[in-house]
Amino acid sequence: MITVRISDDSAAVACGADAVAAAFAAAGCTVDRVSSWGMHWLEPLVEIAGNGFGPATMADVAAILDGSSDKAIGPIADHPWIASQHRLSFARAGKTRPLSLDDFSAHGGWQGLVRARSMPPAEVVAEVLASGLRGRGGAGFPAGIKWRTVLEAPGPVKYIVCNADEGDSGTFADRMLMEGDPFQLLEGMAIAAHAVNASRGYIYVRSEYPRAIAKLNAAIALAAERLAPFQVEVRVGAGAYVCGEETSLLNSIEGKRGEVRAKPPLPALQGLFGCPTVVNNVLTLAAVPHVISDGGAALYASLGVDRSRGTMPIQLAGNVRHGGLYETAFGITLNELVNDIGGGTASGRPVKAVQVGGPLGAYVHPSQFHLPFDYEAFAGADALIGHGGITVFDDRVDMSAMARFAFAFCTAESCGKCTPCRIGSTRGAELIDRLCAGDPDQTDAVAALPQMHNARKTTRSRAEELQLLEDLCETMQFGSLCALGGFTPYPVRSALKHWPEDFG
Amino acid sequence: MHTDDLERILAAYDGQNGALLPILHDVQTHFGCVSPEAEAAIAKALNLSRAEVHGVVSFYHDFTAERDSRPCVELCRAEACQARGVEAMVEAARAAAGTRVRLKTVYCLGLCSVGPAARVGDALHARLDADMLVNLVEVA
Repeated sequence: MITVRISDDSAAVACGADAVAAAFAAAGCTVDRVSSWGMHWLEPLVEIAGNGFGPATMADVAAILDGSSDKAIGPIADHPWIASQHRLSFARAGKTRPLSLDDFSAHGGWQGLVRARSMPPAEVVAEVLASGLRGRGGAGFPAGIKWRTVLEAPGPVKYIVCNADEGDSGTFADRMLMEGDPFQLLEGMAIAAHAVNASRGYIYVRSEYPRAIAKLNAAIALAAERLAPFQVEVRVGAGAYVCGEETSLLNSIEGKRGEVRAKPPLPALQGLFGCPTVVNNVLTLAAVPHVISDGGAALYASLGVDRSRGTMPIQLAGNVRHGGLYETAFGITLNELVNDIGGGTASGRPVKAVQVGGPLGAYVHPSQFHLPFDYEAFAGADALIGHGGITVFDDRVDMSAMARFAFAFCTAESCGKCTPCRIGSTRGAELIDRLCAGDPDQTDAVAALPQMHNARKTTRSRAEELQLLEDLCETMQFGSLCALGGFTPYPVRSALKHWPEDFG
Repeated sequence: MHTDDLERILAAYDGQNGALLPILHDVQTHFGCVSPEAEAAIAKALNLSRAEVHGVVSFYHDFTAERDSRPCVELCRAEACQARGVEAMVEAARAAAGTRVRLKTVYCLGLCSVGPAARVGDALHARLDADMLVNLVEVA
């Protein structure tokens, strides 16, 4: 009997993996549904005795089984795309059945938790600190410092909250991890709970990820004994992008509007239900089991560059030839990622721009592709790494439309609490429309209202309109409560700076 | 609205911390909307004001005040799917949808490497072109 391994990751399923799996089963094969290797352009990827075939359709089944298929890619583990990675958080990707405790244990699962529980909490925190692990959600705050703050905070009840509200376009690493290796996330959360003396945890998952929610709930039930006394509960978001912001997420779990809270107080001191709370992204918590394994912290700290230590699961998305999940040490350049690993655009046309870090990330021009993947290097170039998503655009993209979309997205998703974000985003979209239309500013409907006595009556020159846009961006960047309003200027400014010809 | 069903949903979360969102999800799934009557009953059960419950219902995109029984096609129009050409397909999809099908824009289904992507119920679809999308809408 031939055993065929096919992923049940959402990306594979969306590309038809279920039908291919059914066809192999009908042909008499045993079909194991495993996690995805992350080579999404090859999904559905069929693995038989280590050899890969993809992208497979039902029509390929017979040829794959009789060895005549032209979709063969050879041994998957030796494929350059896989072999060149340094996988720590995604070490099990493609190799295990997501909900098999046996597979998980056989591939090193629970070792970190067992070791952590043999150590006093302060030592666990010290190891996380020594590893240099930083928050993978976007802000890059050192995880160890956050944990230490919670550990030292007074209070009988503390919480671990996993931020799985992965709303950024161009990112899917959280989803892949939750669907492909849910026990690893639970192990990381249990280690965090031990490190800060918390007994309860929540995973806040966006409602757009129903398969991840189902996997997590099943995994929690299967691993309950192993996790005890730590208890975990999945909470489902309700379609609000802003709930990926940690204080808004906490409000949402509490059953309130997902409005951002002012900081201080820090969530580490007064977080969920007013108690000290660790809020970490899925990738941060999933990195923890490796960091806490024997010698893991030192290995982690030895990878990467400067203050960006360890590995980052990078997501290649958009118009890219070889899209998927690529985990590697910090320091790799954008050029390597986009052109070598990603293979350029899927359309075969020249790359015009890449957006790094989701909807709030800057558009990076090919002339900046020497930038190393590193928090500080990106910050120095007025860009951000964010959650590690890279969205590639070919030369047909209109950058003024993307800048306008950034404002419009902010308008649609603003929680409404602070004015720069709530109103500034609308004014920004209007400004871009005026710039591109080349219209004088009388077209501003609000300024034309009779009660707007102080509105300017003469038309603005293009230079003045641009200055107005710059002022607006500055107000949003420094006046907003959270990153939604505060970072929306990144895509706008970068688009305007590098592609001014697209703006009218 | 069957009050028995609502009571059962409320009873399931009795005593749970921060139960409002899970309750609203269950109500939305079961009744297809969160009606003003349901808001009032939920408010009473959780010892909240109706305004507080309404504020939460109206904040989140997933909750609706009125039931829409049309089939729904959720189309991702975020940056990654835009980069793969989703915008050029929207007009044709709208035309195919007419008033019979609800074509809903979502921002990101997490299928950014294999877009354009759409979801119909629990079924995910990727690598769409205009014809495939129109077909999805037509059979929805």
